[in-house]
Amino acid sequence: MLVKTIFAGFGGQGVLSMGLNLAQAAMMEGKHVTYLPAYGAEVRGGTANCTVAISDEEIASPVASSPEFVVVMNAPSLVRFQNQVDAGGVLFVNSSLIDIEILRRDIEIVNVPANAIAEKVGSARSANMVMLGAFTRKSRLVSIASIVDGLKTALKGKTKLVAINEEALMAGYNLF
Amino acid sequence: MPEVLMNGNSAIAEAAIRAGCQCYFGYPITPQNELSEYMALNLSRRKGCSFVQAESELAAINMVYGASAAGVRVMTSSSSPGISLKQEGISYLAANELPCVIVNMSRGGPGLGSISAAQSDYFQATRGGGHGDYRTIVLAPSSVPELAEFTHRAFDLADKYLVPVMILGDGMLGQMMEPVAFHHEAPEVFSVRSRSLRGAKGRPSRIFKTFTSKPAELEELNWSLFRRYQLIQKEETTSEAFLTDDARLIIVAFGIAARIARGAIKTVRAEGLKVGMLRPITLWPFPTEAVKEAAKKTKQFLVFEMNMGQMVDDVKLALEGKGKVSFYGRPGGVIPTPSEVARVISRIYVQEGLT
Repeated sequence: MLVKTIFAGFGGQGVLSMGLNLAQAAMMEGKHVTYLPAYGAEVRGGTANCTVAISDEEIASPVASSPEFVVVMNAPSLVRFQNQVDAGGVLFVNSSLIDIEILRRDIEIVNVPANAIAEKVGSARSANMVMLGAFTRKSRLVSIASIVDGLKTALKGKTKLVAINEEALMAGYNLF
Repeated sequence: MPEVLMNGNSAIAEAAIRAGCQCYFGYPITPQNELSEYMALNLSRRKGCSFVQAESELAAINMVYGASAAGVRVMTSSSSPGISLKQEGISYLAANELPCVIVNMSRGGPGLGSISAAQSDYFQATRGGGHGDYRTIVLAPSSVPELAEFTHRAFDLADKYLVPVMILGDGMLGQMMEPVAFHHEAPEVFSVRSRSLRGAKGRPSRIFKTFTSKPAELEELNWSLFRRYQLIQKEETTSEAFLTDDARLIIVAFGIAARIARGAIKTVRAEGLKVGMLRPITLWPFPTEAVKEAAKKTKQFLVFEMNMGQMVDDVKLALEGKGKVSFYGRPGGVIPTPSEVARVISRIYVQEGLT
C-alpha cells in the first residue's frame, strides 16, 4: 500500500528533518520510499515542506495531491494544507503554535503541543522530534526503533544530540 | 555498499567519482546545485582530481573541452538555461571527437522559465543542440538509482564512441531522495585516453581544431561522425517495455513522466483496461525499432510528456503512419499526478473504442 505524508512548517522548525528521518527509517525497514523537499525561493522563516511516500511496491510519483497524513507545525501551513488531506486521513497539528478551528469533519485531528512538550523535556528546538514521535505512534508507518536508528545515522556519532532528540521523540511517542 | 538515502543530484556526483571522473566544472543554477556541491565536497577525496566553479557556463564547458583534450574523464552539469549557454562548446567537442558527460537537470522554459521540473529540452538534447550536424547520446533515467547507473554508463559510452553524452534528468529527479546503492568502486589509477594532448615530447605535435578552409575535409569528418552515429544507433539503443504484451493502448513516456505513467497504468489496469508502456531509455538514439515492434500488436499510442509535445514527433516518425498517436502534456514545470494521467488514459481508451 502507498501512503503519502506531508510535513509543513516554517523554515528552521526542522520539518525537512522530520521527513528525512521518516524516509531513512522506512528505507532501513526495506520499504520503497521517496522524499521530496519543497523547493522554492524560500528563506529562513518562510514556509518549508516535504513529502514522503512509503510503499511496499515501486512508487510512481513522489508528489502527493491528497496525502493520507499531514503534519503542520505552524498556522500558515494548516491553512495551506488542511484541505489536501485525503478523506479519512489524519492531520497532526502543533497545538502549541496553532489556534485555529479546523473545519473538516471527515478527517482525524491529532493535537500535539509539540513546543510545550519540547520545553518540558528541556530542549525547545526539539519540537519537531516530539511531533515525529507522536506521528510515529499514530501513523504506524515505521517502528520507533527504526526512527531512532535513522536519527543516529543522520547525526553520525553526535551522541549528545542523539540523546536530546531521542528524549523528545519518546516524549511525543508516549503521548498516546 | 549498502543502500543510502540520497538526492538525485548527489547520486550523479557520487557515481561520476566512482566512474573515474577526474575533472568537474560547473556554474550554479537551480535545481542542480547539489551536484556541484557534492563534487566540491567529495571530488578532492581522490588525488589528482580537479573541481572548478567556473565564472560562467561558457567557461565551464570550455574547461570541459580542455580537460577532454587532455584525455581525462570530465563532466559538467547545469539546468536548461545554462545548457543553452553550453551549446557552442558541445558542438566543438563533437567536432573534435572529444568525449565528456553533460548533465541537464532540466526545468521549465522557455527563457529563464521556472525552477520546477520539466521535459521541454527534449528537442535540444536529441538534435545535437548546438550548430552543425552532430548528435549526442542522450540517456533518460527515471529514478535516483538509475541516475547513478546511467552516469557510469554515460562515461563508458562517451569513451567508447568519442562523443559527448548527455544525461537528461529534471528538477524533481535531482531534488528527490531515494535509496540508492553504488555498484562500482572508483578505479585505482585514472586512465588517460590515447590521442590526448599531454606534451609532444618525442612525437609530432597534434592539433585539435574545428575550422578548415577545405569543405571536402569537413565533409569527410561529417561522414566519419555519421558512420559512428549509425553504429551507436545499432548498438546502444535501449528501451523498456512495461505490460505491453496484451496492451490495446501503449503509453510512450520517458524520465520522470514514465514513472508517473507507470502509476497511472497500475490504476487503469485495476479497472480492467489493457494498457502498457514503452519507455525510451536512450532518447537519442531513439528506440524506433521497439516502437515499430509494438505497433505490430496495437495501433493505439498515447505519448505523455512534461512539455507541449516533442518526443511525440519521434514516435510518429517511427510509426510511419502505422498507428494512431494521441498526446498529453503539461508544460512549464507543472507536475502531473498519476490520477490525472489515469483519467486521460481512460478517456482515450473509451473514445477509441478499445473497451
